[in-house]
Amino acid sequence: MAILELRDLTKRFGATTAVDHFTLSVEKGEFVSLLGPSGCGKTTTLQMIAGFETPSGGSILLNGRDLRSVPARQRGLGIVFQTYALFPHMTVEENVGFGLEMRKVPGDERRRRIAAALDLVHLSHLSGRYPRQMSGGQRQRVALARALVIEPELLLLDEPLSNLDAKLREEMQLELRRIQQEAGVTTLLVTHDQSEAMALSDRIAVMQGGRLIQEASPFEAYDRPTNAFVSTFLGKSNAIDAHLEETRDDGAVLRCGDIRLAGPPSPARPGPVLISLRPERIELCDAAAAHVSGRVGERIFLGDQWLFKVETSLGELLVVRPNSGRREPEPGETVHLSWRTEHLRILAAEPAA
Amino acid sequence: MNQDRARPWLLSAPALVLFLVMLVTPLVMTAVLSFNSFDFYGGIKPTFGLENYADVLGDSYFYEIFGRTFLIALVTTLICALVGTPQAYFLLRMRPLWRSVMILVVLGPLLISVVVRTLGWAILLGNNGVINDALKNLALIDRPIKMMYTSGGIVLALVHVMIPFMILAVWAALQRQDPATEKAAESLGARPATVFRRIVLPQAMPGILSGSLIVFSLSASAFATPAILGGRRVKVVSTTVYDEFLNTLNWPLGAAIAIILLVSVLAIMVAWNRLVEKRFAGVFE
Ligand SMILES: Nc1ncnc2c1ncn2[C@@H]1O[C@H](COP(=O)(O)OP(=O)(O)OP(=O)(O)O)[C@@H](O)[C@H]1O
Ligand SMILES: [Mg+2]
Repeated sequence: MAILELRDLTKRFGATTAVDHFTLSVEKGEFVSLLGPSGCGKTTTLQMIAGFETPSGGSILLNGRDLRSVPARQRGLGIVFQTYALFPHMTVEENVGFGLEMRKVPGDERRRRIAAALDLVHLSHLSGRYPRQMSGGQRQRVALARALVIEPELLLLDEPLSNLDAKLREEMQLELRRIQQEAGVTTLLVTHDQSEAMALSDRIAVMQGGRLIQEASPFEAYDRPTNAFVSTFLGKSNAIDAHLEETRDDGAVLRCGDIRLAGPPSPARPGPVLISLRPERIELCDAAAAHVSGRVGERIFLGDQWLFKVETSLGELLVVRPNSGRREPEPGETVHLSWRTEHLRILAAEPAA
Repeated sequence: MNQDRARPWLLSAPALVLFLVMLVTPLVMTAVLSFNSFDFYGGIKPTFGLENYADVLGDSYFYEIFGRTFLIALVTTLICALVGTPQAYFLLRMRPLWRSVMILVVLGPLLISVVVRTLGWAILLGNNGVINDALKNLALIDRPIKMMYTSGGIVLALVHVMIPFMILAVWAALQRQDPATEKAAESLGARPATVFRRIVLPQAMPGILSGSLIVFSLSASAFATPAILGGRRVKVVSTTVYDEFLNTLNWPLGAAIAIILLVSVLAIMVAWNRLVEKRFAGVFE
């Protein structure tokens, strides 16, 4: 059974609709990410689940119970705030113990559970410190321990890693996943960082303008985006305007300007469409086998990869190739590009803005 | 290089000159004066001795005045802290529009002269003042309650004068706190009263303590309010100094009292500051 169910959840601030008929359910033990660009309503959704904002419409069910009339302090959710919101005047131990104190957990058990929570986040040796004597990553762990120690049914994380530098963020991603699995806690994460969402979650809910756009596993969302927004928001993608001429059971015929391309079978109707093609699925080949040829405009070295911008008659295409030590084309060189037909995704054309 | 070093000095020269002429000079002259002697026939003599200090420190009359002054300042500070802290918190939680209005209400009194405000209090508190008249008309009392010329009346008016300073200090401290800490406490199961006591109040403490410092030192040396509401009957240190200068004309004695007040207020402030820093070291920036 779903632990958390959001049904047609809506929030309006005056004339703006921050969250628009948002429906999502989260299963027990699952790690779900709400992913979307800034201002798409992620925090507002989280605040409504936590009980700090009242929905304008729809309902929130926790274990089948409607939360409408339950105040925030009785919802029993573990929350990690973007700023961590540690109590600056309390030591790590007191911070972690606060929730237990509010629940009137007796002293012995309280100490045992604080110790276990600090152990889980590997901070046992710093229990006497004050928050401002700690690094960002350590504060982050204290906030996690404080949220987990009350054994919440649901853990809410609002951009928990966005205040950390890139290196630490990667470390904490692994750490967060480990902690979540060890504690076995159902988790809802809010983030605008697609790599974070993909690395951490079992399922991603992509949001745009307050609406749910696609809900899928990270692999599925990346590999089979259902619309142009998802394809460009999750990872890099080449979006090519095209015209769908014909669809058959064994494939589709596409036309971009005066180039004809074969596409995979698609339920789309003939007419204007958008083709999405991942840069890492494009290969260099001989002139004879090429789908399209072009001139390398820019070449960027990314360490483990090379990124090329190739000017072709389909427009500028991004091409990514792993750095395996071979000779790579220089800027100005002519290259021939090909791909496997099934790697093309045919999406509905963006309505003209 | 040389010019670079001189520039800060040049830029602060006007302020430094003002500081030297207007503050240090009178202070030094008062200090010198306090060592001179005085008699009713010869006036002030440029001698050097400690007899004025001996007079003050050896006379229980002055002890009573100093005791009353510090008690009034202490009670004023306590009331300001008790009233001002919740008020600052409510200000913080208000909607922006109401907040601007209320800040004006809180700070408004600062724009009116202390003398005018205190005279207002005199009209309210007098034996035939507004409050006593009202109570008499309501037949709640038959003899007026004495409020003018009492320490209580002075405290009341001083609280009114000083409370903006307390509110501003607490407000500044509260603004530094992360509002999410209150939400965090709430999500962990704390009731609103618990959130205030355990989360808001401790974070406001540095503001309360520095506000107390300001209110205490200003109250201990306040002149206009105790002069109007206390008159000759309830004397505090500053009105005593005034009397020594202008009525008895014993300037050296007045100077000695002023210096003792200055030194004791400074000592209390420094001690208080030490205490606070020690208590909160490691917790707040
Ligand atoms: N209290 C409020 N009053 C009016 N509008 C608000 C309020 N809170 C949020 N909004 C609006 O609702 C929309 C969604 O805001 P929200 O904070 O949920 O975005 P977000 O997805 O969390 O963005 P970010 O990634 O930048 O944190 C925004 O357009 C914002 O301007
Ligand atoms: Mg947000």
